[in-house]
Amino acid sequence: MKPAPAPHLRLFIGIALIAVVLAVLPFALAWQGTAWVRILNQAILYCLLALGLNIVVGFAGLLDLGYIAFYGVGAYVYALLASPHFGIHLPFWVILPIGAAFACLFGVLLGTPTLKLRGDYLAIVTLGFGEIIRIILNNLSNPVNITNGPQGIYLIDPFRIGSFSLSQNETIGGLLFSGPVKYYYFLVIVLLVVIGINLRLQNSRIGRAWEAIREDEIAARAMGINTRNMKLLAFAMGASFGGVAGGVFSAIQGFISPESFTLTESVMVLAMVVLGGMGNIFGVVVGALLLAFIPEVLRYTVGPVQNAVFGHTIIEPEVIRMLLFGFALVLMMLFRPAGIWPSATRKRELDARRGGDDADADANQATDGGPDPVKGASA
Amino acid sequence: MHGSGERPVSGVGQGMRVTDVAGATPPLPAAGVGENLLVARGIAKNFGGVKALSDIDFTIRRGEIYGLIGPNGAGKTTLFNVLTGIYTPDAGEFTFDHRPLGALKPNEVAERGIARTFQNIRLFANLTALENVMIGRHVRTHAGVFGAITRNASTRAEEQAIEARAYELLRYVGVADRANHLAKHLPYGSQRRLEIARALATDPKLLALDEPAAGMNATETASLDRLLRDIQRDGTTILLIEHDMKLVMGICDRVLVLDYGRKIAEGPAAEVRANPAVIAAYLGGEVTLNMKGA
Repeated sequence: MKPAPAPHLRLFIGIALIAVVLAVLPFALAWQGTAWVRILNQAILYCLLALGLNIVVGFAGLLDLGYIAFYGVGAYVYALLASPHFGIHLPFWVILPIGAAFACLFGVLLGTPTLKLRGDYLAIVTLGFGEIIRIILNNLSNPVNITNGPQGIYLIDPFRIGSFSLSQNETIGGLLFSGPVKYYYFLVIVLLVVIGINLRLQNSRIGRAWEAIREDEIAARAMGINTRNMKLLAFAMGASFGGVAGGVFSAIQGFISPESFTLTESVMVLAMVVLGGMGNIFGVVVGALLLAFIPEVLRYTVGPVQNAVFGHTIIEPEVIRMLLFGFALVLMMLFRPAGIWPSATRKRELDARRGGDDADADANQATDGGPDPVKGASA
Repeated sequence: MHGSGERPVSGVGQGMRVTDVAGATPPLPAAGVGENLLVARGIAKNFGGVKALSDIDFTIRRGEIYGLIGPNGAGKTTLFNVLTGIYTPDAGEFTFDHRPLGALKPNEVAERGIARTFQNIRLFANLTALENVMIGRHVRTHAGVFGAITRNASTRAEEQAIEARAYELLRYVGVADRANHLAKHLPYGSQRRLEIARALATDPKLLALDEPAAGMNATETASLDRLLRDIQRDGTTILLIEHDMKLVMGICDRVLVLDYGRKIAEGPAAEVRANPAVIAAYLGGEVTLNMKGA
């Protein structure tokens, strides 16, 4: 019943091609301006966030509108432990796990009181949670200055191993590796690891338990799944991915403030998951990349296009950008309600239909509701 | 099914081994056939002022098919939900396999060895038939997050065992040819049987079926009859709620009859069928007639 393994050569060529594209991409973009590499990095960060949220929303089916809070927690943990604010400068490989653990803790904090909530009610509580975290970050400057309030934290350390810093330009073998390009490679590695973890989780006993909860919680419990623990696990895992992404964000930006962790961001990440195809890892990645890039592409094209067509700018690019963006979202949801790349279960079924039991399926379709031959019952 | 990570189970698996030549003596189920498996004492459940169940006593013996019948609204499904931990009883207690069930949650009840199906089918609709059954193995397997991510040898072996066992069960109930179809796309009768396969995947000592023949035609019911007999032969005790009297009377060793939340009869099928109280409840005696439709 398993698909025949693809020929090794083809698989190898495929992987090699993807590797080459991933390796060359920042240079191709840098040729258009380093800004594009930064945008690409931000897009990958969104991928990480969307993949984390996908565990909660896509796998376990728990609507979370406050996900960005975990990103914020991760970002602030990094900022506080690697900046002049407290004068602490721990290396990033120490802080990232701490940030992930903190975000994980907050995930459980959010999960525990919401175990019995579903759908709309859960959405409202998570939304409130996200806002609470943001408001706390905004106000935790008094009486003891911990987060520095709305001013945010600056001069955050970049990732550094010894004297090798990810933020400095470097020329290796005649090639200029700018800071953003180096971060890009780091992010790609993190992204590949996170995708790998997600794929393995999905295809495991844990992943199936999450899917069971998403499909029918009562039936899942009746089948012996400890729904409380599994939901908490989903919140915790999703949150820790968000925490890692937050730490990287902190280091890349060098400056963070509560403004980066608003409800809009939560909604944006959720839109990436839904639009890409809830539950499908690659769909979510595509959704995140698209939603991260479309506004930027529009930013650079709307103005020039108007100038070319009308000779002058009729509508401010900033205004029309979000309008077109919203329009694109509505269109995509109308024509692809299951997402750009729907989850694999549906695809697998199509494969099964097209496969050897095609005639069989047809024959049984004809007898639906009629006598249904029992083949194995008396075996 | 005896792969690593899978405990050898009593029950369905035993009858399915390749070495089991058809026509040979059926394997003897786990020791203790005929002893008490489930004992209910004084079970009561109220919803507001409605006494859905009052003072229900019954005993299910190991290895039998035990029927639970009664007119609509008699409290059959309520009793099921109390037994499987969805409701907590207001009074009384269950003793299962020599230990009290207490106020266990549904998942803990499943872990103790009671698996159920639902009156209105509750499959995981957007997952394949195979995945549905694999989820049933959850409670008897152990891989955690670490195992899932590292996919170490024991996790791989466990996954293989889960999949093999799931296929085995799909063949057993007769939906193996639809293993990769989404549960919601299976024909109705197959969905009912898939739900049974999913319940069997939890290695239950007691399989509780809530109206498995509802909506089935005569042919489908006949094949269900055969399936239930196979399950019994292979050592799993069955508790069966059913409206199809022909099926119940033909297959059940003993029957419990409820009416308005009370037990009105318990005993061998033939005896219960002749019981005047049961006939009155079903056909409407003078007393119950006035209360019909309440």
